[in-house]
Amino acid sequence: MKVLVPVKRVIDYNVKVRVKADQSGVDLANVKMSMNPFDEIAVEQAIRLKEAGQAEEIIVVSIGVTKSQETLRNALAMGADRAILVEATDNVENDIEPLAVAKILKAIIDEEQPGLVLVGKQAIDNDMNATGQMLSALMGWPQATFASKVEIEGDKAKVTREVDGGLQVISVNMPCVMTVDLRLNEPRYASLPNIMKAKKKPMETKTPADYGVDVSPRLTIEKVEEPPARKAGVIVGSVEELVEKLKTEAGVL
Amino acid sequence: MAVLLLAEHDNTSLNDATAKTVTAAQAMGGDIHILCAGSDCGGVAEQAAKLDGVTKVLCAKDDAYGHDMAEPLAALIVGLAGDYDHIVAPATTNGKNIMPRVAALLDAMVISDISAVHGPDTFERPIYAGNAMATVKSSDAKKVITVRGASFDAAGEGGSASVEDVAAAANPGLSEWVEDKVVESDRPELTSAKRIISGGRGMGSKENFEIIEKVADKLGAAVGASRAAVDSGYAPNDYQVGQTGKVVAPELYIAVGISGAIQHLAGMKDSKVIVAINKDEEAPIFQVADYGLVADLFDALPKLEAAL
Repeated sequence: MKVLVPVKRVIDYNVKVRVKADQSGVDLANVKMSMNPFDEIAVEQAIRLKEAGQAEEIIVVSIGVTKSQETLRNALAMGADRAILVEATDNVENDIEPLAVAKILKAIIDEEQPGLVLVGKQAIDNDMNATGQMLSALMGWPQATFASKVEIEGDKAKVTREVDGGLQVISVNMPCVMTVDLRLNEPRYASLPNIMKAKKKPMETKTPADYGVDVSPRLTIEKVEEPPARKAGVIVGSVEELVEKLKTEAGVL
Repeated sequence: MAVLLLAEHDNTSLNDATAKTVTAAQAMGGDIHILCAGSDCGGVAEQAAKLDGVTKVLCAKDDAYGHDMAEPLAALIVGLAGDYDHIVAPATTNGKNIMPRVAALLDAMVISDISAVHGPDTFERPIYAGNAMATVKSSDAKKVITVRGASFDAAGEGGSASVEDVAAAANPGLSEWVEDKVVESDRPELTSAKRIISGGRGMGSKENFEIIEKVADKLGAAVGASRAAVDSGYAPNDYQVGQTGKVVAPELYIAVGISGAIQHLAGMKDSKVIVAINKDEEAPIFQVADYGLVADLFDALPKLEAAL
């Protein structure tokens, strides 16, 4: 079975996000970019399936700017076998929407015929939480979202999902799309020898036009603002004073 | 034209998130029709019919809808979509699971987790873990939307809409429910609780979390946790409040031993009153707290329990 893992290049999760003064977006010039953390978990899961003999080949795909090849090299260094870069924009601030990404991924699936797609449950930039669900819809496949445990048994997969109030276990037919949650695994670091080896692994470069997909956005960004700030309150001296203030001043007890 | 709103329920009671989503739907314009889909949702449909602003309730009874599986529910919604401009659901894990699938089947871009409605096609939503707010305008003919409950007040219960049965759609038969592992608790559910007390890494151990639970029981509060506490194994995952956990907005939120990482603040900063108890007076949580107490939590929590 081939496993397809889409990965997104996003602002590093440790970088403090700054909204641009002209309200056009978030400042992405000269900030550290990394693989979306949820996608790293998806890559790790694919590698574990390969190590367990349940997958033969791992193909990673990234859709965005030319520099997304760094993200792909990182996935190859972790253990993926080959990469497809879809150059969809030359401006890092043009976010390719999940619907367009799903359409490109569908075209790649039609060519590559993977038995499983593993993808992060959401990207930490647009926080849409949509690509996996949209892709499974376009494929007519089942979806197993927010996965925290994955067991593949023949032509079915048993997936434990993180839902409001606890966990839900479902069984889905293969092939399917799984979106992965934080606690599925802890991604490995790429070793130096593997980083060197990754430079020789194959990487194809494509464009959305190669797949006949229009990536024009459906949502236009009117403005991006700082969230409203909450002003700091008072420091109380004791538990008694706290309870008193919550009763009389705040009226919440 | 009209709004189709997918109700969140457990076949027994309607989740509060539905009433909050009704408030958001009212701002979009047009009639509001609530879709109750479930294995036995007649009672829930009656509850939905009472919500202010709702003009009709559609009730789809079928075993395929009993466990909120995305594939049959998306097929049902897409079958009904012709009559509607807006298709909305609460941004619960169910809404987030189902609605992007609906959107893709309608060739629309889903608009996730909206926090304000500026017009029939213009919405505000948090991005970058709530560190920025984006206003977006949709050019799609049908707007498919999930609504952040914490940003809207619940609609009242003075209505009397009609309830109508609708036929189930063909089940694509791609997936099956196996089991739910829901934590049984007498405490309120996190996302709908009026009071929440959360512990962070400062709690130090799983055993120490029991001190928080005692205070929670005195308060009638739900128990939450920061991601650091969950990752350290002090609290179960479904306690997690934050961008990667649950987004809450109770009347009272007490953060104990929580430093106030951005990812946690994104999940609770819309609470009405925030209390922080932390021994580090420099902790960022104090910058958003209405009342701060600089103290050792192991000293303060028993005193708090006694004072309530």
